[in-house]
Amino acid sequence: MNPRSSFLRAVAAVAWKDLAAELRSRELLSAMLVFSLLVILIFNFALELDIATRRSVTSGVLWTTFAFAGTLGLNRSLAVEKDRGCLDGLLLAPVDRSAIYFGKVISNLAFMLIVEAIVLPVYSLLYNTNLFHPGLLAVILLGSIGYTAVGTLLSSMAVQTRTRDVMLPILLFPVAVPVLISAVKASSGYLSGAAWEEILPWLNLLIAYDVIFTAIAFMVFDYVVEE
Amino acid sequence: MRKMIEVRKLTKRFGLKTVLRGLDFEVQAGEFVALLGPNGAGKTTFLRILASLSRPSMGKVKIAGYELPGQAAAVRARLGVVSHLPLLYPDLTAQENLEFYARMYGIRHHASRITQVLEMVGLQARRHDLVRTFSRGMQQRLAIGRAVLHDPDVMLFDEPYTGLDQDASAMLDDVLKTVAAQGRTVVMTSHDLARAEDLATRFDILSRGAIAASITRDSLGKDNLLSFYKQALAA
Repeated sequence: MNPRSSFLRAVAAVAWKDLAAELRSRELLSAMLVFSLLVILIFNFALELDIATRRSVTSGVLWTTFAFAGTLGLNRSLAVEKDRGCLDGLLLAPVDRSAIYFGKVISNLAFMLIVEAIVLPVYSLLYNTNLFHPGLLAVILLGSIGYTAVGTLLSSMAVQTRTRDVMLPILLFPVAVPVLISAVKASSGYLSGAAWEEILPWLNLLIAYDVIFTAIAFMVFDYVVEE
Repeated sequence: MRKMIEVRKLTKRFGLKTVLRGLDFEVQAGEFVALLGPNGAGKTTFLRILASLSRPSMGKVKIAGYELPGQAAAVRARLGVVSHLPLLYPDLTAQENLEFYARMYGIRHHASRITQVLEMVGLQARRHDLVRTFSRGMQQRLAIGRAVLHDPDVMLFDEPYTGLDQDASAMLDDVLKTVAAQGRTVVMTSHDLARAEDLATRFDILSRGAIAASITRDSLGKDNLLSFYKQALAA
């Protein structure tokens, strides 16, 4: 079997395994979802504002919710592997270890997108704001890719430490600042009807961040997971 | 006879702590080596280096002719590892777990191989049950099935009897004997001297990060393993 097909097969196997296990247990998705809905509910009561002001805080509230819920999922996704020794099982496979990373990114991204797909209509109802702009959805997709790309790498580092539950947010939030800022700016640009020229630099930053961090993770994942 | 495992002057440090100190170790093809020693001797660290889960600080490690860490993927393709943790996913069935690992190892036509392995470990009737419903003994048998799925030349067992009751241990004995009878090279760490004496063809005592003594079953003669073990640690 050629190396590329064995790489892709391993990526698909890891993603399939995570999705199949989650479909049965629903541990991770339910925790992320309940947390997200509680956050937007709390913001809804905390920010009793007029419609115009609500629209201006929408992107900030949304990305705060996605970032915290995403961190919850990223932490759990790797912790489950470590606690049951399954991370060793994955590392023992005769494949390029970055295939494990990409498989994990795909499953983590899928969980994040599922949560976002449920949160967006609920948010639209609660805040009386239409969030279904194709541009905004594209920003959410790009932001989620960047966040899970760097989050999966950092959670595989954090999971090796004794204080892993607090370690991931401490490591992740400073590194994810560019992706969060550009996602918030691009989202609010779409929501306020800003000109394309104003949104474009933030979109470019998002794309550059996604590419750079995916490439870095591809190069260093093997060293991160080996003792 | 062909050397299956060759280790020269292996040193492993974790920060300031040196766990393995210039360890030399050799295993011929088809040998069953029991690696014995007290807690903290470095048995698990040594096995993790052989399994390419940990990088040596210094020294050379060769398995089936391939060097670590440079040719780690080739080594891993020829290696089956069983530890005290089953390395299985509790929310997948026995069959799904084996299918997942078959994909990771690139096993073609894996359906027949999975059936063969499940029969070997006596879990054919439970193949569609979730692993979380299995007893510890059944999980450990399935873990052995997972480890032999890709038909490895070398098997590493790290304390495989941990947490097993007497019946499950006896069943594991049978599976281990079957694995060894298939001509595989086996290295097993254990605290259970009686079980090691029953299964292994050679006994190596690891103490303070180096092999303190080594003896084959034939050379052990009338002396029992316990007295040999005590002498090796006292020296």
